[in-house]
Amino acid sequence: MFSAPPFWENGPAPGNFYNFPNLQPQVQQPQDFRQHSQSPVTTSTSLVGITYDKGILVAGDLLASYGSLARYRNCPRIVKINENIILGASGDYADFQYVKDFVEQKVISEECLDDGLALKPKSLYCWLTRILYNRRSKMDPLWNNFIVAGIQDGQPFLGTVDKHGTAYADKVICTGYGAHIATPLLRDSLDKNPQLNLAEAKALIEKCLEVLYYRDARSYPKYQLGIIDVEQGVSIEGPLEVPQKWEIAYHSKRF
Amino acid sequence: MEGPNDWMDAPHSTGTSIMAAEFDNGVIIGADSRSTTGAYIANRVADKLTRITDRIYCCRSGSAADTQAIADIVSYHLEFHGMELGGDPLVEIGANVFKELCYNYRDSLMAGILVAGWDKKKGGQIYSIPIGGMCVRQPVSIGGSGSSYVYGYVDANFKPNMTQEECVKFVTNTLALAMSRDGSSGGVVRLGIITEKGIERRVVLGNELPKFYEN
Amino acid sequence: MSSIGTGYDLSASQFSPDGRVFQVEYAMKAVENSGTVLGLKGSDGIILAAEKLILSKLHEPGTNQRIFNIDKHIGMAFSGLIADARQVVQIARREAADYRQQYGVSIPLKYLNDRVSMYMHAYTLYSAIRPYGCSVILASYEDGEPTMYTIDPSGVSYGYHGCATGKAKQAAKTEIEKLKVSQLPCRELAKEAAKIIYLVHDELKDKNFELELSWVCKESNGLHQKVPDNVYQEAERAAKQAMEADSESDTDDL
Repeated sequence: MFSAPPFWENGPAPGNFYNFPNLQPQVQQPQDFRQHSQSPVTTSTSLVGITYDKGILVAGDLLASYGSLARYRNCPRIVKINENIILGASGDYADFQYVKDFVEQKVISEECLDDGLALKPKSLYCWLTRILYNRRSKMDPLWNNFIVAGIQDGQPFLGTVDKHGTAYADKVICTGYGAHIATPLLRDSLDKNPQLNLAEAKALIEKCLEVLYYRDARSYPKYQLGIIDVEQGVSIEGPLEVPQKWEIAYHSKRF
Repeated sequence: MEGPNDWMDAPHSTGTSIMAAEFDNGVIIGADSRSTTGAYIANRVADKLTRITDRIYCCRSGSAADTQAIADIVSYHLEFHGMELGGDPLVEIGANVFKELCYNYRDSLMAGILVAGWDKKKGGQIYSIPIGGMCVRQPVSIGGSGSSYVYGYVDANFKPNMTQEECVKFVTNTLALAMSRDGSSGGVVRLGIITEKGIERRVVLGNELPKFYEN
Repeated sequence: MSSIGTGYDLSASQFSPDGRVFQVEYAMKAVENSGTVLGLKGSDGIILAAEKLILSKLHEPGTNQRIFNIDKHIGMAFSGLIADARQVVQIARREAADYRQQYGVSIPLKYLNDRVSMYMHAYTLYSAIRPYGCSVILASYEDGEPTMYTIDPSGVSYGYHGCATGKAKQAAKTEIEKLKVSQLPCRELAKEAAKIIYLVHDELKDKNFELELSWVCKESNGLHQKVPDNVYQEAERAAKQAMEADSESDTDDL
């Protein structure tokens, strides 16, 4: 009869919020407020990669967009990992920086061992699939498309991994808008001439970036070109300018 | 959310115009002073330029609660690191500590931060850390909601290696333009001039701001 | 250290009545049983050299290395128990990696030295563990500035222009003092380091040894690495010549 009134049942306790009975909050708060999937914020657009007779070219512009705002116009996203690997990324720039730092530390740790063995392109490629697949399985993907280019056993290797961990290797790989616009151009050229030399490959890449600049609203005319050559090793050139032609503007009639 | 009573449950945000620019021997940081909850001005003389160390400051935009908390954590961290190292921490290190927090907690934070300062190794530096938690060095950087209206002005008027007073003028003009177009920015312009000697703080009052075309 | 510990030497957590910690002193003895290691800080970088004693002819050359990489720009040489040193190496590597992860820049040697010496010191405080039986030399080249420290089993560390630990540390230090170390470039120092290692090597007690040479300097772009083959061979040749000249002058005296 004199038992405690219901108000004090499960009453306030130190360190806990007290929920008043009969006064349920109108909106049910989610129990786990951690957002379980993100969307990218600062993003970079396409990458274009092609195999030529003695190596691989990977190119990507220097823009990191903030929505449709061309906010950061000097953001390199093609990096040398070691003497025979280049890593390129499109998608969320923060995630790319995270992965880059991670891989760079991995390379330092391996170089410390001083056993004469270096990280190989196919190893990095495979390892990235595991990292990205693991993160997508946690419903928190790393929002990137990566391109791994390198020389393994004297042969050029070009592979890509997407944000789900899906991966494939090919002679021609493009990400983002490039996958739709540049891949057909590159495949067509490679079908006609399967043994491109470096100069031909460079011209082809330049052509693709030009078309992408015309048709991708998130692209930018300043780009970097990563070259990995069986003989010359790794080099990253840039910033380079995309060539542009606008004379067709004179031929537009009415609209 | 916009409406007469939105201030009751709107988060306290620094809908903002912030800016930082390198000049020949340091950096200038600047910000407006308006702090809003929804459309209500909660504080018309806020200070969004926050000290991290004597020669590292940050300009905050986004949620006031989040950015203040982050700034406090980084400030503590760098103070301690400075003691361990026996010298002033590098601006680069300050920026990286900010980035680490902003990146790791990006799903729960609303913070766009400019970290600016001076150190012996690289002189005046600015690092921009937008919402996703990336980090990039820039010679001039703007942020906050007001910044979208003045990208063109900055691109047209920024020159590397300006003198101090030239740069102060440039920053003041940019912020005045941003504040006049952005409803969430306004009040006074607060400035900080960071050089080897430390910081010099200035205020340009709301009624003394440079005027531009107004129609 | 002529007296026996009389019961106060069983634990690192107990002082002797005259204020010594015998376990730490014994650890230093362990260091003195191993081959000599030295570091020379020159005008443009640092040379680390080690006399690696070969205990069995069956060992493969290049095993049981005594100079390690800690980070791109930091090297560590040790004398003492190799297994103990490897653990210190691992700790140092982790500290360097953690620093880079947290602060986005490479670790300053001053800071790494503080951390590693604190770690080694912690192992002189408890009864359940023993101090590390190794001394380490840490060397780096940061922003054009060479820096070098050694850490003792006691956890004490000092910065040096030239330093030596191990069996013949006294003889080696005397030789280093004869040089104007800080004025010499690394290529010269490589030869000097090799000469000293050959000179202090005791042929009667230890028959074979392998010379290890590494540098971190301007020429290596601030990276710590084994000295290139040509520099190594040049240094070894200079050392052998010096030894021959030395033994000839000895016979002249007779």
